[in-house]
Amino acid sequence: MQKVFQRPKYLKQAVFHYCPGCGHSIIHRLIAEVIEELGIGEKTIGVPPAGCAVLAYDYIDVDMGEAPHGRGAAVATGLKRVLPDHIVFSYQGDGDIAAIGTAETIHAANRGESISVFFINNACYGMTGGQMAPTTLLGQESTTTPGGRNEKRDAAPLDLSEILAIARGSVYIERTAVNSPRNIRKTKRAITKSFKTQMAGLGFSLVEILSPCPVNWKMTPVEATKWIDDTMVKTYPLKVIKDTVGKIDG
Amino acid sequence: MKKTVFAGFGGQGVLMMGYAFAMAVMNDGKQITYLPAYGAEMRGGTANCTVAVSDEEIFSPVSSAPDYAVILNNPSLIKYESMIATGGTLFINSSLVTTEITRDDISVVKVPAGDMAKKLRNERISNMIMLGAFVSRSQLTSMESILNALAEITKGKKSSLMKSNKKGLDAGADYVLQGA
Amino acid sequence: MSEKVLMRGTQVIGEAAIRAGCRFYAGYPITPQNELTECMARSMDATPGGTFVQAESEIAAINMVIGAAMAGARAMTSSSSPGISLKQEGISFLAAQELPAVIVNTMRGGPGLGNIAPSQGDYFQATRGGGHGDYRTIVIAPNSGQEIADMTRTAFEYADKYRNPVLILADGMMGQMMEPVIFPEPIDISSLPPKTWSLRGAAGRPSKVILSLLLNPAKQEELNWKLDRKYKIIAREIPKAEKYMTDDAHLAVIAYGTAARIAKGAVRRVREMGLKVGLFRPITLWPYPSRELHELSRHMRNFLVFEMNMGQMVEDVKLSLEGRSDVHFYGRPGGTISTPDEIAKIINTLYHRQNLEKDS
Repeated sequence: MQKVFQRPKYLKQAVFHYCPGCGHSIIHRLIAEVIEELGIGEKTIGVPPAGCAVLAYDYIDVDMGEAPHGRGAAVATGLKRVLPDHIVFSYQGDGDIAAIGTAETIHAANRGESISVFFINNACYGMTGGQMAPTTLLGQESTTTPGGRNEKRDAAPLDLSEILAIARGSVYIERTAVNSPRNIRKTKRAITKSFKTQMAGLGFSLVEILSPCPVNWKMTPVEATKWIDDTMVKTYPLKVIKDTVGKIDG
Repeated sequence: MKKTVFAGFGGQGVLMMGYAFAMAVMNDGKQITYLPAYGAEMRGGTANCTVAVSDEEIFSPVSSAPDYAVILNNPSLIKYESMIATGGTLFINSSLVTTEITRDDISVVKVPAGDMAKKLRNERISNMIMLGAFVSRSQLTSMESILNALAEITKGKKSSLMKSNKKGLDAGADYVLQGA
Repeated sequence: MSEKVLMRGTQVIGEAAIRAGCRFYAGYPITPQNELTECMARSMDATPGGTFVQAESEIAAINMVIGAAMAGARAMTSSSSPGISLKQEGISFLAAQELPAVIVNTMRGGPGLGNIAPSQGDYFQATRGGGHGDYRTIVIAPNSGQEIADMTRTAFEYADKYRNPVLILADGMMGQMMEPVIFPEPIDISSLPPKTWSLRGAAGRPSKVILSLLLNPAKQEELNWKLDRKYKIIAREIPKAEKYMTDDAHLAVIAYGTAARIAKGAVRRVREMGLKVGLFRPITLWPYPSRELHELSRHMRNFLVFEMNMGQMVEDVKLSLEGRSDVHFYGRPGGTISTPDEIAKIINTLYHRQNLEKDS
């Protein structure tokens, strides 16, 4: 009998600790699938963040080195410079990458570090209990924006991916989502392209992935996937933000 | 143990004098320390360094009472004149240092290094003239050691540079020998 | 055979690091140690397999070192007081993740921005960890060009051997002063034992994780116990101190780094006056050479601690002597350098006040 679905080789035999409806487990799986498909599992090193995905190393079965909060791009830089033939990725939440780690991220992009960055945008600080993130939408309720995010008081959302696209060393930046089968397939293609960009040594690439956080959004998982389509994409349109790579094989 | 302060404006080659002297003494087999002024102290145009020379281990590289001071401008004279140890020797570039010297318990060697350099048609070698005078009088090292040190420092640079350096050193030494 | 060269302390560290097999350096400009960063930029370019990164911040620099250390390289970063404060989170991670790295602090004067004059104000920060959590950093305080050259190599050896960050603690005078130095021969990095714990991709072995977060309290406790066992071994194996004229002394001055140079000059002066005074100079500040100091207190009852701060190492002296001796302190805050004459006067006064001449 033909097997049509199985655990990817680089996903550990473990039960995800993530909340029901969370996007992390989907993204972990996609990364593991792509690593297997590209045959890079024995030379890939991942850098997990502080945040809900801090335990990514319990699931993704490649070498992993934990970074201090926000410093994923700097730790990845050190790894990649010492091991230029390896594949290095960082996995970072929106607070990690777009608030406390903004400087490290912008400068890694500007240097054109040949790393892959996966930026998981759930519009809040998930692990700490749903505080405002730099990505929280205007009007969105969070535990630190009671009554909704107010531009005057709390600033407007930060479009980190667009900012990174300006940096000279970034070559491929795309925003996707994991709220529907179609978007999940697109996300997988983007992850593949990011790894291939790195394998070709072309420069810095990043995939921003809109990911549901039903618990902190105070929604059901179904409502959360719908909210991404109806609301979140208005602030964060799904699109290729920068691509100087074009079609890439390998 | 003998300590020497070299001081003047930035660009006068003050640090180079101290460095060449330190290197010469090191190659003589003596103990030395070379401590330059650094950072913000260097901004605004003043430069100085202290070189300590000894047959034994040198402890503090700083000098509160130098035995010798080689002074290339007025502000440095004001700063260092009072610090020189009794019985010490003060060398001044008398073409530039015009402030009156009030100490009578130290020897003063006035070398018109600026004017001498002009006469030699190379105003950049006044530091070498001062160094020549200092080495000749202090006898802390030999002219040969200084020349060897300078050759090492300027290795790879134009050979004319060594020639003019030597010209300056000789002029300074001769001036002192003639009884300045 | 290496020949004698005249070199600035900061550059001695750089050259010694390359010879010790350092192949990764990340740094950020700050006075008075910029020559080290500049030296590493030139040296790494000229060294096959060498990497230099001018980081966007002190924080990025230490985190790049974390990554390089994870990958198995001998890695270094350097800075001066305020910059070292910024690196502390990363140093805490290095300690928790048991990663080897060398960090150089060329101390500045004063809290806040401080000036660039020599100071020893960062003793507490250096020896007490500096960052968060229950950890230790090996701290080495050289006091001459030659010792900088030798101990920089030792720093990399200790870092690898104990898988722990090592801090070289210097100041503006150590960094800027030139002295004759004979460098040890460069090592062959291929001869170093393989770092089996490093992250180099899970080829032919299960995947590995380097982490410091342990949600299971029992596992977290075990990590801390493990670190503590390691620190106890380090404390037994590497304390190092210099003793100068202590055999017949009634009083010893205790000082390290630049302060010890000045103190040594003062000891020589008072010896010329017939005072029986010696110098005890810790070379490792953590682990503190407590046993060696304790030994001295068998025949000596008076100690004078001299620091270029208002009293930090003096606490370690008191802890080492456990009340067996009288501990006196003289300190001047960073920003000025005391002279041997000044310290000689302090020694002289104390010597007579304690009636030590009667013991002769």
